[in-house]
Amino acid sequence: MILELFLAFFKIGLFSFGGGYAMLPFIQNQAIEVHGWLTTHEFLDILGIAQVTPGPISINTATFVGYRTGGVLGSIVATTAVILPSFIIVLIISFFIHKFKESRSVQNIFKGLRPIVLGLVASAAVDIGRGVFIDYKAVLISIGIFLILTFNKMNTIKILVFAGLLGVLFY
Amino acid sequence: MKLFKLFMAFFKIGFFTIGGGYVMLPLIQKEVVDNNKWLTDEEFLDAIAIAQSSPGAVAINISIFIGYNLGGFLGALVCTLGTALPSVITILIVAIYLFQYREISIVEKVFLGIRPAVVSMIASSVVVLGKSLGFGWDKIIFAITSFTLIVFFDISPIAVILGGAVVSSLYYGYVDRKEGEDR
Repeated sequence: MILELFLAFFKIGLFSFGGGYAMLPFIQNQAIEVHGWLTTHEFLDILGIAQVTPGPISINTATFVGYRTGGVLGSIVATTAVILPSFIIVLIISFFIHKFKESRSVQNIFKGLRPIVLGLVASAAVDIGRGVFIDYKAVLISIGIFLILTFNKMNTIKILVFAGLLGVLFY
Repeated sequence: MKLFKLFMAFFKIGFFTIGGGYVMLPLIQKEVVDNNKWLTDEEFLDAIAIAQSSPGAVAINISIFIGYNLGGFLGALVCTLGTALPSVITILIVAIYLFQYREISIVEKVFLGIRPAVVSMIASSVVVLGKSLGFGWDKIIFAITSFTLIVFFDISPIAVILGGAVVSSLYYGYVDRKEGEDR
């Protein structure tokens, strides 16, 4: 059981390329179809909960399913399993980058990658924005926060708390 | 003790990374680049590139990469723990005590406020990072192309990064050779 948990989430961690929602089909396949650890309804609920709790969806699901199937131990095993592939691969990449940092070709790669990543981060804002700007209140909050950030440099945590308050006020 | 400071920083970051990995970016920028000066803006962008190119959540990958750069294997471990722990603890609390109460409307309202704010935070990060990269037509073209491909052509970010790495290496290799010839 614990072994099954470990293997399933290791697979999920290994094949989740592309971040965020790309993981969902794998989680769905493993947790619901193959192993029957969750019903579809529960999966949707967990998705909703993952939106409002810290951490990536893969970790949230791993912890939740792990707990359901094997208690606290299960949650630790599943969470570790889902992180392990990333850990190994990123460490290997980091090690090689460190070694070849001074090489001109590596530097050339990153020179162009930096603005490309900038475009990517901007696209993430757009992507998130698509679901978010459902009404004028959301737009107002967004503009307000952007202005505060640009002219005031408030602490990020205070901003999030403030935004939460605005949410309760406006809605 | 540096490892402890790293852990606390990423625990803080992990705690507030709510609703998706990209929220983490402005938080890391504030904590790791601005406050602690552990990384430059450029190194931060490099970390994002690597995080996108590996399997798994961007938030975790970034923690591993930055942790390794700042403290080797232990650093990677400590940062990853810092990021994952708030998540694990919160979900366990939810699973054990709160799953039964999942339709709490005030919580929904808090997040209706937070989500648009997150968009602004990311936008603001982009502005800051853009300023630090500085002006250059090559950079502008790279940035706009990547943005367009992802937003309007639905190309996956990892394809953009891998393709971009190749293009960038070829382009700047060419620029180097030209500069060599002109001398």
